[in-house]
Amino acid sequence: MGAYILRRLLIAVPSLLGISLILFVVLAMAPGDPFGELASNPNVPPSVRAALRVKFGLDDPIFTRYLRWLWAMLHGDWGFSFASRVNVDALILQRLPTTLFVVGSSQVLALLVAVPVGLYAARRPYSLADQVANTLAFVGFSLPTFFTGLLFILLFSIKLGWLPFVYQADLPGSGLAWVWANVRQAIMPVAVLGFFQAASYTRYVRASALDVARLDYVTTARAKGLTEGTVTRRHIARNALIPVVTLVALQIPAVFGGAIVTEQIFRIPGIGSLLIDAMLANDTPVVMAVTFVFAGLVILFNLVADLLYGWLDPRIALR
Amino acid sequence: MAGSTLASPSVEAVPPARAPASPGRETWRRFRRHRLALVSVAVLAVLVAGVLVGGLVWPVAIDDIDFAAQLQGPSWDHPFGTDDLGQDLLARMIYGGRISLAVGFAAMAVACVIGVVVGALAGMSRRLLDPVLMWLTDLFLSLPQLPLLLLIIYLFRDSLKAVFGTQGGVFLMIVAVIGGLRWMPVARLVRAQFLTLREKVFVEAARSQGASPFHLVRRHILPNALGPVIVAASIEVSAAIIAESTLSFLGLGFPPDIPTWGRLLFDAKDHLDVAPHWALFPGGAIFLTVLSINFIGDGLRDALDPRRVL
Repeated sequence: MGAYILRRLLIAVPSLLGISLILFVVLAMAPGDPFGELASNPNVPPSVRAALRVKFGLDDPIFTRYLRWLWAMLHGDWGFSFASRVNVDALILQRLPTTLFVVGSSQVLALLVAVPVGLYAARRPYSLADQVANTLAFVGFSLPTFFTGLLFILLFSIKLGWLPFVYQADLPGSGLAWVWANVRQAIMPVAVLGFFQAASYTRYVRASALDVARLDYVTTARAKGLTEGTVTRRHIARNALIPVVTLVALQIPAVFGGAIVTEQIFRIPGIGSLLIDAMLANDTPVVMAVTFVFAGLVILFNLVADLLYGWLDPRIALR
Repeated sequence: MAGSTLASPSVEAVPPARAPASPGRETWRRFRRHRLALVSVAVLAVLVAGVLVGGLVWPVAIDDIDFAAQLQGPSWDHPFGTDDLGQDLLARMIYGGRISLAVGFAAMAVACVIGVVVGALAGMSRRLLDPVLMWLTDLFLSLPQLPLLLLIIYLFRDSLKAVFGTQGGVFLMIVAVIGGLRWMPVARLVRAQFLTLREKVFVEAARSQGASPFHLVRRHILPNALGPVIVAASIEVSAAIIAESTLSFLGLGFPPDIPTWGRLLFDAKDHLDVAPHWALFPGGAIFLTVLSINFIGDGLRDALDPRRVL
């Protein structure tokens, strides 16, 4: 197991390097001079501009610039936000917990819906219940998050007035009322993101359970006279859920994409809405840093999924 | 050719009980069994026809500002209602739908071409190229797609506008970026197909006759690998439509004078309380399009899988 963890860690390093290289190339190819404003200012003589370029190493070979940029990114030296006049790392650290909370709870909700529904649908394939679940799953992942979000606001905030549609990270108050207010404002964003993911997870769980249900040991379990519920819970589910871990990991980039949309709709102060705000305000250091953080999070969660996979299925770790 | 000539011309050919269906007809027979897919073809056909010829049936200008008719609900004058400038939403949806659908199909084409080329190269190579290309595919799969899409559009928007004009520049960029970030599933599928197909006897026969690798791929391997690619391509169309709508919905896709369905939703979201129709019609159009394309993909999966007995 130790060797397996080490190998997975070593695989994660080149992907981080690869992604950082892609990000840097995109940034380096982008038009525009960081000293564009200085260039158009007649009061700044060309010699000063040239000296600044040398000082910040803008004329160095591209590989040197990449290494320096990567070193700064890994250090958390992410620069200074033009728009909010704070260091970018402070800004991101302040916004990150909200995003992780919303994304995390929506994933828990998605699995709480998808696992039982998928297992139930797989018990009798092509039965009425299976077809209903399948059709609902299709509807679920054909409904884009931005549209469900607007529908939820229209129904629950405007027509029924049950839930608030603007998310506040720093609600005043304390005690149970404060907890309830926090839960209330999180219901819609978490549900929007959770149901969208639940739709695709349901199909994964169903397909995986159908694969496992054909195996001989399941027939043996039935022959022993175990009830159908016990067979599903203790024999099918335990093995069927292992490949689902990998499929969930493959969905992580899409999950963060969904988080950006949801944060924008419900005005949640997370890093997704920070990214959009920074783009609309032309705040390049923040844009780069948030994209880098998203990339890092995707790799981190992929690594976690890989380790989980090795732990759940020891055959993988031994290979 | 040799197989179709009779062994002896004098022997009367016994007519078979049922003529073997051509592959196209067989596919159609299987596809028809998926009822929802069949309904979806009709729905999609209506939508496509609507955006293509709708402008002739409903010749209202998309930028006809009428402050007397602000934020009106559906009526005979404006079947889908009006927006905050009194512009007719039906006309805007017909115009924008053309662009939304065009982005979907064009981005799918880009993704499929890149995916087929990468997958074919990886599947045919027996040396270093395969692991390198597969590493690249995995790398692209673990990229955060939406943030990267937004980043590229943010950085390159202005310079492309200068070269190709507002509409053309944004269109080209969105198609290229969405297609360039979504080719990986196709590449994996094509490679997996190639790995099994290239060892088949008929491919070996062609190779032993001196066929070049390019000829092998073009005439023998690729045509047999197309089934799953067609299924994946249909899913790519709906994914690209969602991606474009998401960009426009975030205010970073098409500009306001090009009312794609996502852009209409972006404009509508601040008027939800007084004009819900403004959001419901374009959102419903996106949903219907994506849902029907997904069902068609599911039907094609059933129809094109030769191992499946229906």
